[in-house]
Amino acid sequence: MDMNQYLEVFIEESREHLQNVNDQLIRFEKNTDDLGYVNEIFRSAHTLKGMSATMGFDDLAQLTHKMENVLDAVRNHQLDVHTEVLDALFESVDALEIMVQSISEGGDGQLDVKLLVQKLQRIVAEEPVAQHAASSIEYDELVQTLLSQTADQGFNAFEITVQLERTCLLKAARAYMVFDVLEQAGDVIKSAPTVQDIEQEKFESSFIVILVTNESQEKLQASLMEVSEVESVKIAAVPVKKETEMEELVSPEVAAAIQEVTVSAPSKSPVEEKRQPSNNKTIRVNIDRLDSLMNLFEELVIDRGRLEQISKELNNSELDETVERMSRISGDLQTIILNMRMVPVETVFNRFPRMVRQLSKDLGKQIELQIVGADTELDRTVIDEIGDPLVHLLRNAVDHGIEMPQARLENGKNEKGTIRLKAYHSGNHVFIDLEDDGAGINREKILQKALDRGIIDEKTAETLTDKQVYELIFASGFSTAEQISDVSGRGVGLDVVKNTIESLGGSVTIDSNEGYGSRFSIQLPLTLSIISALLVQMSEERYALPLSSIIETAIVQPKEVMHVHGQKVIDFRGAIIPLIDLKELFTVPNSVQGDHYSVVIVKKGEKTAGLIVDSFIGQQEIVLKSLGHYLPGVFAISGATILGDGQVALIIDCNALIK
Amino acid sequence: MKIIVFQLGDEEYGISVEEVQSIEKIQHITRVPGVKKYVKGVINLRGVITPIIDLRTRFNLQEQLNHELTRIIMVRLNDVEAGLIVDAANDVVDIDEKTIASVPETVEGTAVEYLNGVVKVDSRLIVLLNLPKVLSLEDHLQ
Repeated sequence: MDMNQYLEVFIEESREHLQNVNDQLIRFEKNTDDLGYVNEIFRSAHTLKGMSATMGFDDLAQLTHKMENVLDAVRNHQLDVHTEVLDALFESVDALEIMVQSISEGGDGQLDVKLLVQKLQRIVAEEPVAQHAASSIEYDELVQTLLSQTADQGFNAFEITVQLERTCLLKAARAYMVFDVLEQAGDVIKSAPTVQDIEQEKFESSFIVILVTNESQEKLQASLMEVSEVESVKIAAVPVKKETEMEELVSPEVAAAIQEVTVSAPSKSPVEEKRQPSNNKTIRVNIDRLDSLMNLFEELVIDRGRLEQISKELNNSELDETVERMSRISGDLQTIILNMRMVPVETVFNRFPRMVRQLSKDLGKQIELQIVGADTELDRTVIDEIGDPLVHLLRNAVDHGIEMPQARLENGKNEKGTIRLKAYHSGNHVFIDLEDDGAGINREKILQKALDRGIIDEKTAETLTDKQVYELIFASGFSTAEQISDVSGRGVGLDVVKNTIESLGGSVTIDSNEGYGSRFSIQLPLTLSIISALLVQMSEERYALPLSSIIETAIVQPKEVMHVHGQKVIDFRGAIIPLIDLKELFTVPNSVQGDHYSVVIVKKGEKTAGLIVDSFIGQQEIVLKSLGHYLPGVFAISGATILGDGQVALIIDCNALIK
Repeated sequence: MKIIVFQLGDEEYGISVEEVQSIEKIQHITRVPGVKKYVKGVINLRGVITPIIDLRTRFNLQEQLNHELTRIIMVRLNDVEAGLIVDAANDVVDIDEKTIASVPETVEGTAVEYLNGVVKVDSRLIVLLNLPKVLSLEDHLQ
């Protein structure tokens, strides 16, 4: 058993807790009345503290401890939540993240947290109700009512200040004894600090209680001084107006509240008892193991295809039955294995609200980040890669997209800018759109910059469409910010974005409407390594079409084919859609056109097209494999697969065929 | 150094054994549309999709039909894997690196840049292949 094993778990869990703290903080900031968030944060911080102390990361433990103090004060209403408090908490989380990151990179997780610790300490020290040195007691309405009622019944009310000896070790125990004496004499209706705090020794050496009793002051004084280690007892009569007109009866709720104060609850505070049931049971599995499981399963799928083919040829009913059952079981297995690798994009998105908050604060902008479709799932490998490109785009939108509040108001827009991050499935792709309602892209500005930087020449500049102009911002060495800022605008960001996304087999496009905002649309493959596909025949060759792109198949008679601008089209359910002859496109040798067209209707987003093939072979599960490094970017081919007979079939990328 | 000697047309070529993964018999090749003519397509090599290059076409030699002796030499260079179609894979010979001579400028039909030099083994003249050049990631797309 080596430490590293624990270390991994520690890092993973710390990250989860930090993420949770982050999330809850953001939510809490929006709704500072809901202390449920604080409890949640407190729990995570507490766990983190325990874990890091166990692992010997003292700075981590120290900082979380101070955070806990602040959070505790907040949830006990001893501290007003204001921006300073939230900022300090956010800063602490940042520091914690840095430390955890350092640990995960083999560092010692040490960081100078003195300043932060002081900051947090100062916040707690500023609590309006001093927790440690009880010096006064508040007479709120409830107490007043109670006092006047008891006065009516002839009881005396005393404010008793008990000072324990400073050397006293078991303060809580002494306090308990004091309370014991007091309760024999009468009823404690209020104490400062609260009874819970006193029980938990959260007081310096003195506390104040309000006692309602019919005992005399002297007798009380004497019996209290009998408790050992009590240094002094000050008893003052509480002046109570006999306001009999205060008719209000104590409502049941208030009565309960009184009981809570007087009857010393022997166990934890109610907050801790509210612990939510934990989530589903999970185990952590190394991603490498999942990968090798996947690889093995792919082999199995290929053999399954082979087996299906053989059994079809042999036509033996017993063999058929067995093969069919095996296919079914492996189908289920496949679903499970694929699902295991799928991760919601949430894992990437969840750090963005925080980032946008910080950035907009730094830049003096007001920005709201809306996230839609965070539960959209993507293969783990893709998830790992898209984080950085998205950060770049988001920073770009915050910095260049959204204008300053003043400028927005002048343009008749809402002072607060909106950035929308939306993820959704379409076909066998996942789309992530990043929209902002900012200034949009200025064509002239882009062109000028591109000319200045020698990316294009004047001649081409005139011929470019808007879209092509927008594409220019992905060119390397391009920066459109008038001033280079810390946030973005070094001109290194966006070309990296494009490269990363393309290396994942995806693409990124820009749409913009000057004055109204821009949209960056990222298309990513699911990289489901096993997909359902329709196998089609063209002459001697077989191709696979991902089922997710297909709407339906159709047989079209030549007379139904019309021509628009030299382009073959057909009327498909009332819509005119273009026909693409795949044999022509792929220059399939020895192709002869039959007396009718077999057409596969495919879609990309809203657009559709018909693909002409020779014949349909059937549906099959195929394993998606890359064409390798030697053949990158073959047009309209997204990869290859191995068929049951061991031959290779190419997979057609329908998205590339539809413009 | 050890080299694998193979035949292209009438000439013998050599490639370092270090660069060779295996030698395969010719099998069904799936054509890939839209790539250069010398890329014959891809095959399934024990579950891995591997591109196949026809060296005869690559070197502008006379195209020949595949026959009994035709082989695919599977090579690997860094992370690029590919198969080279050759007319025959003859044997493995040991050569002395010092005896490698530069390629005469007029090697017929073959772009000199794809060659590393020539070496004489007994009475055989073996042309050494410059694999990085042959597999260079220039545009294979049409």
